[in-house]
Order: sequence, then structure tokens, then C-alpha cells
Amino acid sequence: MAEKDQSSLSEDNYLNEQEQQMYHLRLFVTGASPNSSRAITNLKYICETHLKGNYDLEIVDVYQQPLIVEREQIIALPMLIKKAPGMERRLIGDMSNTSKVLKGLGLQTEN
Amino acid sequence: MTKSHKKQQPTNIKSLPKTPTGITGLDEITSGGIPQGRPTLICGEAGCGKTLMSLEFIVRGAMIFNEPGVFMAFEEKTDELAMNVASLGFNLYELQEQKKVKLDHVHIDRSEIEETGEYDLEGLFIRLGHAIDSIGAKRVVLDTLENLFSGLSNEIVLRAELRRLFTFLKNKGVTAIITGEKGDGGSLTRQGLEEYVSDCVILLDHRVINQISTRRLRVVKYRGSQHGTNEYPFLIDEDGISVLPVTSLGLEKAVSSKRISSGIPALDYMLGGQGFFEGSSILVSGTAGTGKTSISAYFAAETCKQKKRCLYFAFEESPNQIIRNMRSINIDLQPYVNSGLLRFHASRPTLYGLEMHLVAIYKLIQQFKPDTIILDPITNLITVGSVSEVKSMLVRLIDFLQNEQITVMFTALSLNTVVNEQTDEGVSSLVDTWMLVRDIEHNGERNRGLYIMKSRGMKHSNQVREFIITDKGLDLVDVYLGPEGVLTGSAREAQQLKERTGVALRDFAVSRKDKEITRKRTMLESKISNLQAEFESVEEELNRIYYEDELKQQIMDKNRDEITKMRRGVKEDIPVKKKSNGRRSNKL
Repeated sequence: MAEKDQSSLSEDNYLNEQEQQMYHLRLFVTGASPNSSRAITNLKYICETHLKGNYDLEIVDVYQQPLIVEREQIIALPMLIKKAPGMERRLIGDMSNTSKVLKGLGLQTEN
Repeated sequence: MTKSHKKQQPTNIKSLPKTPTGITGLDEITSGGIPQGRPTLICGEAGCGKTLMSLEFIVRGAMIFNEPGVFMAFEEKTDELAMNVASLGFNLYELQEQKKVKLDHVHIDRSEIEETGEYDLEGLFIRLGHAIDSIGAKRVVLDTLENLFSGLSNEIVLRAELRRLFTFLKNKGVTAIITGEKGDGGSLTRQGLEEYVSDCVILLDHRVINQISTRRLRVVKYRGSQHGTNEYPFLIDEDGISVLPVTSLGLEKAVSSKRISSGIPALDYMLGGQGFFEGSSILVSGTAGTGKTSISAYFAAETCKQKKRCLYFAFEESPNQIIRNMRSINIDLQPYVNSGLLRFHASRPTLYGLEMHLVAIYKLIQQFKPDTIILDPITNLITVGSVSEVKSMLVRLIDFLQNEQITVMFTALSLNTVVNEQTDEGVSSLVDTWMLVRDIEHNGERNRGLYIMKSRGMKHSNQVREFIITDKGLDLVDVYLGPEGVLTGSAREAQQLKERTGVALRDFAVSRKDKEITRKRTMLESKISNLQAEFESVEEELNRIYYEDELKQQIMDKNRDEITKMRRGVKEDIPVKKKSNGRRSNKL
């Protein structure tokens, strides 16, 4: 599963098509753990690169709100939930695999 | 064994603290429950009762031991779970409202999740920790943790996190059950969960032998505690799971010297006059149609008559059939059934496996608490197991019953073979009293003979009795033992008639002799009186002569005296003496 960073591939087409849709993203993290910090940094970078001005990111610290964990069916952390557009998608991990994040957000199809 | 262990626990400081599961029988096998504050693994194939067992652990904990529990389901939704156990009488919603149970369904779907890098299962920990803290849980179930492996692909992370999870659970001080699917080959679980759970592993199994399925349970491993190592059958029914620890190794049971009547006075008489020992086992064997069921029905009726409870396991006939048939020999069991003293439990032997029968019997006994039980007939159990299996089952049943001081009567059908006396399911050596009802065919008719082959600890008759079934009931009659051999039935009747005739004839002859004697006596007596009269007359005559002689003598003496006086002129005042005096006077 050697993934290459393909973030630069044909991003403009998608941006053009989905420009009008606002991205609602929720990132669940566990305080300031290394994975969480990395996830926040990585996600922010991806969003800034690919969804500039077109997204709404909420970062939730589950330590502060333990009840949300059950409601949102969270097991693995950090986890990103894409509420809109389209189907709800869940992404777990520190968001270091940009290609997978983009795929998960529907910003990139397989080529 | 288990009881003594429990008693030792408080004094023995180092012994492992245990959490009772509340599941019938399981606590006995594990000598008190599963290790407290540690995780236990329950593994087994699909459909062998893992979820139910773990759920019962939670529910019983909440209901009996007042220990709240968290059930984290990775497979079924909470509503499904609640519905599944509603049939067992567990109301999970209510328990959840009372904050005694918390159900949490963990949903993982690989297709919905994209893995984008390093992650951990902190979410699960937070969830679990919150659930435990919110109700103060003492018990936790994770069912089935292995589903994580199908939902998430990073096995290295998962394994590390699992290890952390078990440490987390231990730190929380909760007694946990983790279920796991049985893996291929020899491994207990598919993902090797057993390597994380090292304290207690219970293996469930569901096997089909001869088209009959039996669930079994085995404690594979239990660190720091003794436990039963055998496979124990268990039953899932309307009361949940019951495991039956069916082998008791000890023979140190209490014995009773009280006696209990068989209901047939003549049979009691054969058994030293008082019947069976209480808590003993009785085997009635015989060929078809020899009245085994009738004997057991009598025994049942007698038990109920004494206001004791009797449980009748019928493997052949339906209860109504038995009641109807027994009316024909003058016992009505219906009133006892109505008053609740007698309970029938009819089931086909093929309904379930032998062990299941045993568990069912065990359960019913626990429930009904009878004084006597009847198994009619045990022979039919052969259809669901081999002879040795039936024997081992009966051994365990007898063991159990003797512990409970319950008298048991088995009936067994013996086939018409030459050696039928030896092979009644091989239990004849185990039972305390063995009665054999046997056909005696003679003179164109079939009669029943009853023998007591053995009866431990009491004087018993060695005689064959004829066993008679009439409208009025059962009875035993002495068979006729004569020069012509053993006679039964009409031959016996004929012989008895013949004897009676003989007696009458002899009586007549005797009375005739008596009369003759009387006559002789009267004759003799009259003769005697004649002779007496004769003797009297002779005596009188003799007396008369003697008297006359005397008189004559006196007169003569007198005369002589007078003459002498006259001659000598002697004064008159000298008295007249008898001869001697006269002589002396003569000398003077």
C-alpha cells in the first residue's frame, strides 16, 4: 500500500465542480496528543490548499465532551467527519496521507 | 467440594477474589465465579451462546448482586439485544432506566471509514470509561471485540490498543468478559485474544452427535483457582443458561435410614416389612407389559398420599395416557396432579441429547423440589446415546439425587434375551434396590413373577412372588412351590383348590374319628358305672357279714361274761372287757 502524494493532480477540475458546496467538517481529537496535533495541522493544511474559503471546520476535544463519543459512534481517534456535501464520511488517523484524505472528502477520484 | 472451597475463602487471604456470575452451575464449576477485577474470555463458535452468557452475567449481576454492568456490543444493536433477552424475562430497558445496566452499541463499518494515518482507540476508552463511571459499573462485557479487526485494518495499532484496553479494564477494577469467535485450527479465537486474557478462558461448544445437538462448556484455563476441567453441558431455556456440573467425585453423602413405602403392602413386606430407604434408588426392570409403569404409578400415588411431592418423567406415554391407564387398576392420579403434589414431565427422548435430559431433569428437580422422582423408562434414552453414555448419565443423576435425598425409581425394559438380568443399561449395579418383574410362561398362560434381585441394607425376601394386576390394584401372591415346581396363575389356583378339597376330606375323616371316640368313651363310662354298682353291692355284703360277725362276737363275749359271773358270783362293777382284758383278768 505504497501511497504517493498525488494531491496536486487535477484538483482544479474538482474545485470548479464543487465550488458552490460548503464543506462541513468536524474533527474529533483527544487533547494535545501527538496524533491529534498532527491531525489538526495536516487537516488545516489540506483544507487551506484544496478548500480555501469553502469549508467550515469544527474541532472537538472529546475529553471535554465524553458524551459525544457515544452519539457519534467514535472508536478510533483522531477522527474527521464530513457532514456535507454528499454522504457522511469518516476519516480516522492523523491525516498524514493526503491522498486518502482527499479521497475521503470526495475531492479526488481514483485514477 | 465447591462448598468447602467457598467457606475457606475468607480465611485464606491469598486466594483469588471472585465475582459470581449468577449463572446456574457456572459458579459451581469455577468455585465461586470468574476472577474479580480481571478480564475473562468466553470463546466459541457462532451460535453457541457467547452473547447470551455474557449478557446474563450483566443482568444477573445487576439483579442479584447489585453490581451495575456495561454491555458494549460490537455486533448487535441495543434494541436487538433487548429483544433477544426479553424472552428470558430480562427487561433491559428497565434496567437501563434504573441505571443498573448500560448498553452501548459500537458500530464499525469499514466501508464508511477511511484510514489516513496514525490513530488510536482512545474513543473506545473514553466511551467505556464514561459508561463505567456513569453507573458505577462493576462488570463489563465486550461482545465481540474482534469485530474491531474487521472494521479497522491497522493490526499493529489494534494489538497495541487491545493490550492497553485490558490494562485499562484492570485499572478500572471491573470484572470483564470478552467474547471471541473460535478460530480455525487449534486457536481459541480468531485474532488470538487469548494472549491478552490470561486469567480465565471459558470455551463454549455446540456439537451435533446423532442429529442431536448439545451445548457444552469447558473452563480451559483459570489462573490461581481450581476449577472443573470437564466439558459440562449447558442448556438455554426460558430461565437463561444453566450449566450442570454433573460429576461429583465424592461419595460422602448423607444417608437416611427412614423408610418409604412402595404403595404395595405385599412388596413392602418383601422388603423387610417397611419398603425402600428414603433417598435410595430403585430399579424396576422387566420385559414389555410386565407392569413396570403400574408399580411406579403405585409408588407415585403412595408418595402423594403421604403429602409428599413426586415428579414423574415419562419418556414413553403422555401424562393423560398414564392417568387413564392407571385408573383401570384402581389408582386415580388426577387429584394429586390437581393438588400439585404430582407433576408429570413427558418428553420424547429424542427431543434433545442425554446431557440435556439430565440438565432438564436437574432443573425441574430444583424447581419442584420433589421427594421422589420416577423415570419411566430409562431404556428409551438409549435411542439418544450409547449404553455407556446412558450409564454415565444415570450415575451422575443418582449421585445428584442421593445428595438431595430424593428417592428415585427407574423402570427399564429388558429385552427377551438370555442374559437380560445383567444388562439393564448397566445400572443394576448402581441402584440400591433392584426388582425384576418377569414373565413366567407355563401351561398355556403367561404370568408375572416378581423377584427382588437385591436390596442394599435391608432384609429382603428371596422368594418369587406372583405379581397380580387386577381391577382392584396390584398385589403379590406367594407362588405355589410344590413337588411339581413353581406354579403360578391358574395352575396355582388349581393346586390350591386341590389342596382345599384335600383339607375338607381330611376334616370330615377327622370328625368321624372324633365321634367314634366319644361313643367309645360313653360306652366305657357306662360300663364303669355298672362295675362300680356291682362292687358296691359286694362291698355292702362283705361289710354286712363283717358286722354280723362282730355283733355275734360281742354277744357271745357278753354271754360268756355273764355266765362266768353267775358261776363265780363276782361283783357286778368289774367292766366287761374284750378278749385280751378277759384273758388278763383270767390270769389275775
